[in-house]
Amino acid sequence: MANQEAPRKGFADALIRLGEKHDNLVVLDADCAKSNMTNLYKNRFPDRFFNIGISECDLVGTAAGMAVAGKVPFANAYANFLTGRAFDQMRISVCYSNNNVKIVGHNAGTSAAQEGATHLPLEDISLMRSLPRMTVIVPADAVEMEKAVEAAYYHEGPIYLRVGKLPVPIVTKKEEPFKIGKAIKYREGADITIISTGIMLDESLKAVAELEKQGVSAELLHIHTIKPIDKEAIIASAAKTKHVITVEEHSIIGGLGSAVAEVLSEHQPAKLRRIGTNDRFGVSGKMDELLDLFELRAHRIVSTANELLGHRVTS
Amino acid sequence: MDFSKEKSEFYNNLTKTIRRHIVKMTNHAGSGHPGGSLSATELLSVLFFEHMNVDSNNPDWQDRDCFFLSKGHCTPVFYSVLAEKGFFPVDELMTFRDVDGRLHGHPCGEHIPGVDISSGSLGQGLSVANGVGLIAKLDGSNRRSYCMIGDGELQEGQVWEAAMTSAQYNLDNVCAIIDWNKIQLDDFVENVKGVKNLGDKFRAFGWHVVEIDGHDINAVNEAYKEAKRTKGRPTAILAHTVKGKGVSFMEDTHDWHGMAPNDEQLETALKELA
Ligand SMILES: Cc1ncc(C[n+]2csc(CCOP(=O)(O)OP(=O)(O)O)c2C)c(N)n1
Ligand SMILES: [Mg+2]
Repeated sequence: MANQEAPRKGFADALIRLGEKHDNLVVLDADCAKSNMTNLYKNRFPDRFFNIGISECDLVGTAAGMAVAGKVPFANAYANFLTGRAFDQMRISVCYSNNNVKIVGHNAGTSAAQEGATHLPLEDISLMRSLPRMTVIVPADAVEMEKAVEAAYYHEGPIYLRVGKLPVPIVTKKEEPFKIGKAIKYREGADITIISTGIMLDESLKAVAELEKQGVSAELLHIHTIKPIDKEAIIASAAKTKHVITVEEHSIIGGLGSAVAEVLSEHQPAKLRRIGTNDRFGVSGKMDELLDLFELRAHRIVSTANELLGHRVTS
Repeated sequence: MDFSKEKSEFYNNLTKTIRRHIVKMTNHAGSGHPGGSLSATELLSVLFFEHMNVDSNNPDWQDRDCFFLSKGHCTPVFYSVLAEKGFFPVDELMTFRDVDGRLHGHPCGEHIPGVDISSGSLGQGLSVANGVGLIAKLDGSNRRSYCMIGDGELQEGQVWEAAMTSAQYNLDNVCAIIDWNKIQLDDFVENVKGVKNLGDKFRAFGWHVVEIDGHDINAVNEAYKEAKRTKGRPTAILAHTVKGKGVSFMEDTHDWHGMAPNDEQLETALKELA
């Protein structure tokens, strides 16, 4: 069993490391500092932490003002309430004004678990991707999260970073370089391309291994930056395999699946299947139960691959 | 007028039963929000058993009074009151937050009898309550519209946008109940973004204000009556409460805002609530 760690822990560790080096880094939260682990930053740098209260719109606007005043603010809240409620503040005060604000959406995907539908962010990537100038980053695990936080700090301009709450397996490597906008090829293959984002890298790796056993050579691209998306990597892989599956812990509408479909249909038409949640709300459940319920699992990737390749599925 | 001896006894038992449900449900789920549920127990019990004009056999009846739990995380108390009132079986409470159940972490207006709107994203309830209040006036209906809001929740701007709407339209059929337990998720409300002088705030917004001890069933009952009597203005009941009320180790701390008791803690809690 791989080591597990909560992505939010990787986020908090990286934030504190950066805070030690850069005194222009300020952190804001909306009464979820305990849950988002920004209280660790608060304990270390009390002057550079601001709890704005249960006021997500105010939070984003305040962060924009701090950017105007020359700081690099990280504005934290639960992903849904942040991206849904404060969308207009992000649109006008952050993106249209081109302010250097880092928006951090917590409790991502199924990690909101038993809180249920209201708290399960399954549309946040879609919303954030639609904003001009917004860069959208969805790391796979706590290790990649640390690199993403660092890259976000040094990147000039608005960023949306998606952070999960509950422990997930560490599947990325510390020494793997991280570059915003650059896909990472985890497996070379010839028959089909699997493109994953976020924590779905884990299930995708399992699926690739299973497919290999079945005699299918799958290529695996991990896309941590959904916008700007790595067109070249997608086009090159699809040109080779002609079959593509996207896998995301998010709605298939507007997220990774849509982004890849846009690239393929314009540049390199290929057979495509999108795996994610299907135009539905969540329910309450343990994270594992939700991943089962939504079928965000390796077995679904495997069966989808066989279906797409026209293989008769035994088992 | 105070409740009769029998009525007082009834509420004494009912609120104890509901508090027992709250700790059992959160223990069963291994998550959930006991603190703000325990603080709202008297407020919701007296509302549903004394004032709300509802029919558990016909939950969607057109002219019913509506209740909106704007602080949607307090489902343990809300579901318990609904079950005790007969909207669904009490046994079902022990499916709280189960993946194959309907008693989700936050209320789902579509699937749960007695729940008039989905909530859980703080700040939205009062606007919805106003919507019902406005249409009741338009239709000449006597139905009333209640909304419970957390004190931390008052930090959401939408609450105050809605508060202005209620006053602008003289919505005397709208009653806001503020569970003023002084604590939010991270800390005491005054340490995060204070809501001091709350009575003055609501009065300045054109509301009638009643300030009570939210655990005193007679005071709670009188407050709802006063709200009904008040004409031309919406009423805000500012209920001073204790977060975690009734379970000593949960009282007056943010630690139990969103944490479930383990088996041992449950046992201690149930002893205190015996
Ligand atoms: C819009 C929104 N932001 C944040 C949250 C996360 N959250 C849930 S409860 C809570 C604190 C609520 O405090 P309060 O209103 O005082 O409720 P109570 O004390 O009655 O539990 C927070 C921040 C949320 N549910 N909705
Ligand atoms: Mg409170």
